[in-house]
Amino acid sequence: MLSHVWIIPALPALSFVLILAFGKRLPRGGSEIGIAAVAIAFVLACGTGVGWIQRVNHPPAAHEAPAAEHEEPAAGGHEEPAAAEKGEEPAAAGHEEPAAAEEGEESTAAEEGEEHHVTPPVVRGTTWLQSGGTKVEVGTMLDGLSAVMLLVVTLVSLLVHVYSTEYVAGDRRYTHFFAFLSLFTASMLFFVLSKTTLQMIVGWELVGLCSFVLIGHWWEEKPNSDAALKAFLTNRVGDVGLLVGVSILFFAAGGTFDIIGINEMANTGEIRHLLLLVASCSLMAAVMSKSGQFILHTWLPDAMAGPTPVSALIHAATMVVAGIYLIARLYSVFWHGFQIGESTINLMAVIGAVTVVFGALLAFVQNDIKKVLAYSTISQLGYMVMALGVGAWTAAIFHLFTHAFFKACLFLGAGSLSHAVHSFDMKQDMGGMRRFMPRTYWTFMIGTGALMGIPPLAGFWSKDEILAGASGLGGEGGYKLMLVMGTIGAFCTCAYMSRVLWYVFWGEPRGAAALHTPHESGPRIVIPLVILAALGAVAGFANLPSFAGESIALRFEHYVEPTAAYFPGGLDAAFRHPEFTLWIAVVSTVVGILGIGLAYLWFWRGAGPHGITERSRPARAGYRLLENRYYLDHLYTGVIAGGTKGPVARAANWVNQNVIDGLVNLVARGTRGSGQWVYTHIDQGVVDTLVNGSGATAEGSGQLLRRQQTGKVQSYGAYLFAGATILAAVFVFIASTS
Amino acid sequence: MKDLLNDWGLTAATFLPVVGAVVMMVIPRAEETLHKLVALLTTLAVLAVGVALIASFDFDRTRTLQYVVDRSWIDVINSRYIVGVDGIALPLLALTVLIVPLVVIYSWNHFPEPHNPKAFLILILILETGMVGTFVAQDLILFFVFFEVVLLPMYFMIGVWGGEARQYAAIKFFLYTLFGSALMLVSFLAVYFLSPEVDVGGTMRHTFSMIELSDWAGAGLASTTALFVFGGMFMGFGVKVPIFPFHTWLPDAHTQAPTQGSVILAAVLLKLGTYGFVRIAIPILPEAAERWAPWIGLLAVIGIIYGALGCLAQTDMKRLIAFSSVAHMGYVMLGISTLTTFGINAAIFGMVAHGLITGMLFFVAGSVKDRYHTLEIKRLGGMLLQAPRLGWVLAFSCMASLGLPGLAGFWGEFPAILSAYNPAAGLNPAVYRTYMVVAAIGTILAAGYLLWLLQRVAFGTPREEFVGDDHDHGHGHDQAHALGQGDRTGSHALGHARIHDMHLTDYLAWAPMLLLIVALGVYPNLIFRVTDGAVVNSLTALGR
Repeated sequence: MLSHVWIIPALPALSFVLILAFGKRLPRGGSEIGIAAVAIAFVLACGTGVGWIQRVNHPPAAHEAPAAEHEEPAAGGHEEPAAAEKGEEPAAAGHEEPAAAEEGEESTAAEEGEEHHVTPPVVRGTTWLQSGGTKVEVGTMLDGLSAVMLLVVTLVSLLVHVYSTEYVAGDRRYTHFFAFLSLFTASMLFFVLSKTTLQMIVGWELVGLCSFVLIGHWWEEKPNSDAALKAFLTNRVGDVGLLVGVSILFFAAGGTFDIIGINEMANTGEIRHLLLLVASCSLMAAVMSKSGQFILHTWLPDAMAGPTPVSALIHAATMVVAGIYLIARLYSVFWHGFQIGESTINLMAVIGAVTVVFGALLAFVQNDIKKVLAYSTISQLGYMVMALGVGAWTAAIFHLFTHAFFKACLFLGAGSLSHAVHSFDMKQDMGGMRRFMPRTYWTFMIGTGALMGIPPLAGFWSKDEILAGASGLGGEGGYKLMLVMGTIGAFCTCAYMSRVLWYVFWGEPRGAAALHTPHESGPRIVIPLVILAALGAVAGFANLPSFAGESIALRFEHYVEPTAAYFPGGLDAAFRHPEFTLWIAVVSTVVGILGIGLAYLWFWRGAGPHGITERSRPARAGYRLLENRYYLDHLYTGVIAGGTKGPVARAANWVNQNVIDGLVNLVARGTRGSGQWVYTHIDQGVVDTLVNGSGATAEGSGQLLRRQQTGKVQSYGAYLFAGATILAAVFVFIASTS
Repeated sequence: MKDLLNDWGLTAATFLPVVGAVVMMVIPRAEETLHKLVALLTTLAVLAVGVALIASFDFDRTRTLQYVVDRSWIDVINSRYIVGVDGIALPLLALTVLIVPLVVIYSWNHFPEPHNPKAFLILILILETGMVGTFVAQDLILFFVFFEVVLLPMYFMIGVWGGEARQYAAIKFFLYTLFGSALMLVSFLAVYFLSPEVDVGGTMRHTFSMIELSDWAGAGLASTTALFVFGGMFMGFGVKVPIFPFHTWLPDAHTQAPTQGSVILAAVLLKLGTYGFVRIAIPILPEAAERWAPWIGLLAVIGIIYGALGCLAQTDMKRLIAFSSVAHMGYVMLGISTLTTFGINAAIFGMVAHGLITGMLFFVAGSVKDRYHTLEIKRLGGMLLQAPRLGWVLAFSCMASLGLPGLAGFWGEFPAILSAYNPAAGLNPAVYRTYMVVAAIGTILAAGYLLWLLQRVAFGTPREEFVGDDHDHGHGHDQAHALGQGDRTGSHALGHARIHDMHLTDYLAWAPMLLLIVALGVYPNLIFRVTDGAVVNSLTALGR
């Protein structure tokens, strides 16, 4: 079963083709195909999850390995993935690690969470392309990480599909919408099952394509297509890092794209540290663009121009975590590249920490509820990157897992609200909504609570684990800065979400909400909300701290965290797990409640220095800075993009033309008297002054009569051959004398 | 059958079009349908021969020439009629025999002014002979003849059926290419005289055989001489590619050429140059190639950035696509300049991919011109509303062209970038890594100009001047179905009757190309498997 996971992405891919081909002729416009495909994929993903849990509980011994499963031996040093694919070699990972292997043998019997199980991933591949005899494979790699991603993607996708049947009902491009939801799901699943880094690039860019198409779903209006272009182009900037990073790793690992191979070589120290560092930095650029990290995050708020289900699925729960997944998948590279285990500060942690706070601050000045949620997503993605940066791998993936549910819940809730009032503007068109839309209200409240990190909702557990990691892991003293930034982020999160609650659900109805009484959305919208809210409430229990008792504590870590040699855990003494620390949990909760309290005083009670932005110049300046999003958009759209498109493109043309023109003129002067600008069109008359001259002569000689032209051509031919013969003679002369 | 194919397959593929052309010459000009039929049947026959050749090609021995025919031709200079294909030539041969019938199908109702299908189709057939001949020739003089045969039909095609500045563009195209060819011929002659004599039927003679010359591989040649000789070839092939800074004929030729001419030019003619590098210049003069390579790589990456910036500065859709060729061929040349198997495999993939994708873009541009009578980008807009299928084909082609994985363009682009990280031994890695980063940055610009084109042409709403009726301006949007299935009625209701969506000939001509773009993108080994052995073989002399 586990070696046939390729079926899971194949289903929605098939559905994409079918919807495009037949969607319009079906009674429900093709959505039925999409839902069916994703539903089956979800069931299969559940099966895969169960299969993986069983595999962890009972790791296959070498002789038991089924023939269909190509086990990837964990022994390092295999340069040739094909050679490592025999499946006859002992499958038990840690072959060269006596301690780990020993435990691996025992693990069939031992069930304790403390025990270090070694569960090799299930890998399967086939040749995709070859060069110089080296075969590059495409295939699937299933381990705990990809299994949990399969679950998240298929579940959220399924709920979003159901939700969309009502939300985009009657849309001018209903079929098209579902087709691309299917394609997105397929691409994302393809991405998370990647066996090779090359495959990751493909999946990475395909999800980007779907993002582009769905952001620009209503492309008649220019702002929407602008947002789509911005998303694609910003991601392309990051993709440069991805292409370069993958190329470096390909050659550093001796000519392989194989993820396991690269990680193992990074772990065994066969790749120079400098290469790992450069590759890590390059890949970070990709992560920054895809996962909305500061300073390449600017496309994500604009991406809210797309339909809300798209925002929930692509721009909150799944696609934007592709960057997180990339780091997690190639963690050995980053671990050694940034020396995460020994340092107290590194690029990844800093980027994450800065994003946590700067993203959260921007959420305060948004009036569009989706924009608040977008900046909140940026901030939460910052937590994940930060967690990976401090070495808390499981905490990051755990946060990814919980965040997917509660943030999708919030986005879909926002969609439900806008379905009622036809607006996303909290200040203008909402207020008092809890009276009209109780179910949306309650699910939104749970989602908000989970996001704020209110115990015992999901966000509390995952966020706390990240903060514990920041304080406890790393070199001497830990990542203290990250701890502080994370705590500030927790405060901000609580405060801006309280602001949202105030504007949306409390106060008096305004604008559209007041004009016609909003009513609760239908079941196809509410049911996904309830499911997601429920998951947002309980998902945190998947990884309870160790005080909860051995049988239920740290289950997520136990099943998801890789144990084989392609992961730093268990091999590197510096790799540790964060311990639940009471004071951090208390402090972050208190700080969060403080944030809620202050927001309560400000909005509900009207207390505090209202109107300070009018009175105080620094406050106004700060507000303006936030309002203009740190002026990054001006820099990118105005200065960089506008500059390249306009002055730079023209200037480059001009410079090129004139520089070359000088050279060509020198030659041309000998053969022709004048080098005039006959033709002032762009890229004219520069390199080709010589040709221009001849062209003008020919044109001047009269109409294009075929016979005449033929004659001309023949004489050119004669000159050509005469010239060639003379030159050849010269050549032979030179050659014979040299 | 197999024997027939072995002895006559390549010759038939090469000269069948001439037979067709001769038949057409005796048919009166007024019999237009007959002309079209003869041309179509001829090209389909060539395609059938091509399919047969591929079907019985031995894919386990892609490194060796197959279907080799070696006959005496111009005995006085020992130039022989040698034809054959290996893994390098086969994909390009396949591309050629596929594209030409598609062009004929597309032409069915789309003959440009001054019409005259007879002459137009005869030219296309002669062109096909030249192109196929170039890819199968294994003798330098034979190669040169075919290489030049291509020029004249294209010259007339641009000069007679072209746009307003056709005469200028045609002459420029002709002279520029001829200028390069002259130097190339010099180099061929130099190679002929400088290489050692070989045994031909008992007597020792100089040879033009590319097989013999590749075996010689410039051994014992003074390195300065080799540099010059390579330089001549570089000019000949480089102008054709075109490599920056010899590219300025290209935008003019493309812009002025009729759609069919642009498609053939982009799809096949540009590949003659890159093919020349892979087939002739590098195997025969590997050491000189090594010395030239960093400079070729430099020009390639300049071309990538320059071409992209040029695209951004264009206001004409067709001219923009033409400039994009400069950038794309830059990736191909970068791959070649690494002198690695990965790079050259990628380059050949890139040639095929670029042929299909840019050919497709020119088809679409031609259709846009047919319908809107302009290619001025700022006058276009909302094509997805007026001609949704055409708009989607444009969007698809743009995505393919910007190198989206899963479509063919990516597999020419990324492996070329990748291979630049680790060029062949003897080349400076630091230089090439810089090229790699520059080339990677070029992908941003590529996405920029293509998406910007797409946004302005396909997205948004149509301009006033192209909207027929005006009674339903206001609610037009809500009725529009963008995807296009069963959209005929929708368009009429919108009053967009002036703009027709795809014709039957469009479907027939484009479907194979679109399908191939997807197929090659999903399973790139379709080409890598074919080229790999031959590429390894062509680089063996490099290590010596």
